[in-house]
Amino acid sequence: MADAPQIPDEAEVRARWGGFAWTAENAEQAKKVIARYPEGRQQSAVMPLLDLAQRQVGAETNTQGWLPIPVIEYVAAQLDMPFMRAYEVATFYTMYNLAPVGRFHVQVCGTTPCMLRGSDDVLDACYKRGLKKGATTADGLFTLTEVECLGACANAPMVQINDDNYEDLTFESMTAILDDLAAGKQPKIGPQIDRQTSAPEGGPTATKAMVTENHDYRGEW
Amino acid sequence: MADETPAAPPPFVGPLEDKDRIFTNVHGYQDWRVDAAMKRGDWDNTKKLLEIGQDGIIDIMKASGLRGRGGAGFPTGMKWSFMPKESKDGRPSFLVINADESEPGSCKDREIIRHDPHKLIEGALVAGFAMRARAAYIYIRGEFIYEAKVLFAAVEEAYAKGFIGKNACGSGYDFDVFVHRGAGAYICGEETAQIESLEGKKGQPRLKPPFPAGAGLYGCPTTVNNVESIAVAPTILRRGAAWFSSFGRENNRGTKLFQISGHVNKPCVIEESMSIPFRELIDRHCGGIRGGWDNLLAVIPGGSSVPLVPAAEIMDAPMDFDGLRALGSGLGTAAVIVMDKSTDIVRAIARLSYFYKHESCGQCTPCREGTGWMWRVMERLVTGDADPEEIDMLFQVTKQVEGHTICALGDAAAWPIQGLIRHFRPEIERRIAAKRGGAPVLEAAE
Repeated sequence: MADAPQIPDEAEVRARWGGFAWTAENAEQAKKVIARYPEGRQQSAVMPLLDLAQRQVGAETNTQGWLPIPVIEYVAAQLDMPFMRAYEVATFYTMYNLAPVGRFHVQVCGTTPCMLRGSDDVLDACYKRGLKKGATTADGLFTLTEVECLGACANAPMVQINDDNYEDLTFESMTAILDDLAAGKQPKIGPQIDRQTSAPEGGPTATKAMVTENHDYRGEW
Repeated sequence: MADETPAAPPPFVGPLEDKDRIFTNVHGYQDWRVDAAMKRGDWDNTKKLLEIGQDGIIDIMKASGLRGRGGAGFPTGMKWSFMPKESKDGRPSFLVINADESEPGSCKDREIIRHDPHKLIEGALVAGFAMRARAAYIYIRGEFIYEAKVLFAAVEEAYAKGFIGKNACGSGYDFDVFVHRGAGAYICGEETAQIESLEGKKGQPRLKPPFPAGAGLYGCPTTVNNVESIAVAPTILRRGAAWFSSFGRENNRGTKLFQISGHVNKPCVIEESMSIPFRELIDRHCGGIRGGWDNLLAVIPGGSSVPLVPAAEIMDAPMDFDGLRALGSGLGTAAVIVMDKSTDIVRAIARLSYFYKHESCGQCTPCREGTGWMWRVMERLVTGDADPEEIDMLFQVTKQVEGHTICALGDAAAWPIQGLIRHFRPEIERRIAAKRGGAPVLEAAE
């Protein structure tokens, strides 16, 4: 539990977030989300709505966003479910932040496939810039988390920063990405080496015709 | 194979020709959108596929020999046939497509979703139709943010074209496809945990029975299938069961997306024939093992949940369900994690133990307490700060976790450790001895 997030003081949080309500745009989106599930099964929408709420909090605070208790209460009320059922969901899934995070949430994958390809170097690049696991930098820019497998193992090591993946990293390229973000620049998303998505470096070993044209192989069946 | 009856030709075990690849856009060189996908052959007269009829489709899927691509390898056609043929009490049926790809090493569903999403949506329609489902929910892991955007957009495209929705593809069958994003929980890849999560709860697996085909999502008959199993279905129906079953060995048919990570020169995701020998797979697509074949230490051939296989045993093994089971491991999701001799093998497995400790849902005591206990012992084995007898104790505890939990996460946490002890016990003992100041520290294992 030592690495559990420090939940902020409730009185302060209530004062700041007690009046949370959807923006007009998100209210529309919330309706659309609830309509995906059968009548009477609106509880199914709790995960997408918590995500939406976290994003709205993020937009208001210029961070990745988090879920203050009053915001979870707001979502639970909309779905007509007990607060505790929604709170359970918020605490069970790792992508809901229970405490404020920085502008950029740096989530370094440290599971074995990334470890084998050098996730230690990626973490070192973060440490060297003053990032600490489970903490936000003093300037509010970066929060560092070591996360479990993010499903991009053929492009290891990788990091997810807010909504974007940066793959095939080294100490140098990770440093460059953090530098760019700190300077307000958008680094190149995806593989940081000369490589097309998850194709082998240097070019594909199969379906090479696809590189230059949208080839239809049916003629060869 | 030579002493089989002369009439049976040897099985085709690769390399696959381009014309026989299903996921031709797997690397995303071309557009994923519907118009480009249609030029590649998706949604080509899908109505005709539906005219084969529900039982006809299931028969073709059974004959194709397709086994589920999510890890367990259960025959897909048979799974579909478990669904009720008619609803006696008015309950609808659902198809749930498992895109919660979270097994360390696995990264194939991601490529299907972001580069060939229409194969998946078309597959959802034919599979959903065959099992008489009213709708499909695609459960995509929360961290696939870009992939989910693509999938939402692709579903909209399919609705706009009339491919799904009311009177899908002009077939007279109504079928909806919904996308549901997860929020970071490995356990939601387990089918009943996924159903719980879809219902808006913590993802904790349910006891079986009742099985999902009887009472699943919202208490209705439900089948949960992996993305790859669903996405290959339209091509199988178009090209026939005999085409698909012409690849791979008996009982291990078809083509498969392999995902090779770790210490190869060029990690990649590639579609190949089932049963392709490990060496051929690596040399052809990955530029060989880093430092050459003599530098290979061990391979985890099916994602983190299967035991590792030492170099000598895996080199010429066929990459399929039965071939890897014979080596005491498994094909799993065909996520091949390669480790060369520079690997700290004990640490590599200890990191997996940490993963399972992190991802245990906390429902069953053997798993909740056991994964943490096993990880703490593993961490001490990494540095050798342990008693030699603790190796046996650890092995024994893995046996007590295995098979004593509701879902297979307990087993998955136990197997990598068992594989390590089975094959690398001398290395663990060496570390303990070195820590105690006796034996000199040798270079790497073996």
